[in-house]
Amino acid sequence: MKVQIDPARCQGHGRCYDLSPDLFTEDDEGYGQVAGDGVVPPGGERGARVAASNCPEKAIVLAEEA
Amino acid sequence: MTVDDRFVRDFREGQEEPLGVRSEIITGAVSDWTTDFSHTEPEWAADPYPIQDDLRARCPIARTERFGGGWLPTRYEDVAAIAYDTEHFSSRAIVMSNYRPPREIAPVGAVPPISSDPPFHHDARKLLLPAFTKKEVAKREEATRAFCHSLIDGFEGAEIVDAARDYAQHIPMRVISDMLGFPPEDGPKFREFVEHALEGVNLPPEQRVANMAELFDYLLEQIRDHVASPRDDLTTHLIDAELYGRKLEPSHVAGTMALLLIAGIDTTWSAIGASLWHLAKTPADRERLVAEPGLLPTAMEEFLRAYAPVTMARLVKEDMHWRGVDMKADDWVLLSFPAANRDPAQFDRADEVIIDREINRHAAFGLGIHRCVGSHLARMELRVALEVWLERVPVFGLADPSAVTWAPGQVRGPRTLPLRIG
Ligand code: HEM
Ligand code: HEM
Ligand code: SF4
Repeated sequence: MKVQIDPARCQGHGRCYDLSPDLFTEDDEGYGQVAGDGVVPPGGERGARVAASNCPEKAIVLAEEA
Repeated sequence: MTVDDRFVRDFREGQEEPLGVRSEIITGAVSDWTTDFSHTEPEWAADPYPIQDDLRARCPIARTERFGGGWLPTRYEDVAAIAYDTEHFSSRAIVMSNYRPPREIAPVGAVPPISSDPPFHHDARKLLLPAFTKKEVAKREEATRAFCHSLIDGFEGAEIVDAARDYAQHIPMRVISDMLGFPPEDGPKFREFVEHALEGVNLPPEQRVANMAELFDYLLEQIRDHVASPRDDLTTHLIDAELYGRKLEPSHVAGTMALLLIAGIDTTWSAIGASLWHLAKTPADRERLVAEPGLLPTAMEEFLRAYAPVTMARLVKEDMHWRGVDMKADDWVLLSFPAANRDPAQFDRADEVIIDREINRHAAFGLGIHRCVGSHLARMELRVALEVWLERVPVFGLADPSAVTWAPGQVRGPRTLPLRIG
């Protein structure tokens, strides 16, 4: 699984980096950033889903890898 | 070096009286919530949720002729659509009252960035964002915690305390006045300014203008003091900030400071108070949080959802047919994030407070480009305030449920909250 943030939607609510700090961080203005390459390590899927389902702007995209 | 003389002269001198449009002040009991709603009547202040639930079910975009005419959407979907649609809905006024500022004040508005529309909005907002990131506000956590402890130390020996007046209110007041670099003893003055701006919407215009003038007199005094001796705080940051290669207009500096004072205090005070009110009347939730402090961040989001303190407003830009109603230019839209947060189409068991709710896409801090700049600060204050309270006062309850009072208007939270702690 891979996580992405759609920068056109993200408004910096920070739910992603509050809830799943190993997958997301903040930039200097508080907008969400994907940590590293966005590949979710084994066992991290739940954290990714929790972040995505709490983002008020629906800015987080989860891609199931083929 | 040139002297900064922007603030020597009062920036209001020589400014034309803002024209704008005033409407007739209509108060008194609401006859029918679908055609005559008012967020300033006592019934709404006491408990707006049944009114909103009823409207959502039978008239999801309600109407009023008060305040010169306006609309009240109660579905999440409609509130979100309006928050995102800055083409058709303007933020040039965000407090639904009997005064509409003139169109020429857009896109800046009186209190940037909340009163600003694109494209100016984003530039004004960018000036504030770096000071309000999660990382930046974390630096204030220790001082905030110490301050909360000192407030509770002050309860020594008391059996009943007013958690709204003696606790919740002081926390955001101290935090924002520290950030702006104001003397800490000025706290009580801010209280008055905030009350005037947000709760006085039906006062006569002369009174409102006089109240506003007092706030700006105070700000100008602080600004001049900071121009004379700059320090590492937000006031100096705004005085030095540049936009489009130039320092800010004096009215922008003062307007943004006013916004931070007004937006930062009532709101957070309300959130802390409403959370304590819930815990005081729900012993099972209180006991669970005392036993499982790690659950607090999740519980806090649920309190923000269920008791969202902030409702905003917009003005319709042009006549249009919108989702089944005929909106006219300059009609108000009361943008109720609290109503959106209780829409059963968006949340399971929307009318229940579930402190371990895991999926909680609530809109307490708004949606879209005006997302609360202070949300990370507010969350820090709310968490610390509740952590310290639960640690120091694990057992408490409502001393007298009928004595609890709620602020009327667009920022709602307990203003009197007597709790038995001894
Ligand atoms: C629990 C406490 C708070 C709540 C519920 C809250 C809620 C909101 C909401 C709903 C908006 C959106 C306005 C709109 O859509 O028109 C907003 C905007 C704003 N808030 Fe807050 N707020 C809180 C605390 C704070 C604090 C502590 C500060 C700063 C000290 C602050 C500063 C702002 C600013 C500057 C804006 C304007 C942002 C913009 O227009 O770009 N707020 N707030
Ligand atoms: C540049 C500085 C400002 C000036 C010259 C100014 C002046 C005025 C005037 C003349 C009115 C009309 C009073 C009435 O008829 O009701 C008004 C209304 C109002 N002002 Fe200000 N104001 C300024 C900044 C602010 C700030 C910083 C706030 C707070 C966030 C604020 C909040 C309000 C509110 C809530 C109203 C009621 C009507 C509405 O919001 O549309 N104003 N102001
Ligand atoms: S939760 Fe959503 S809006 Fe907030 S920072 Fe993360 S991606 Fe952006």
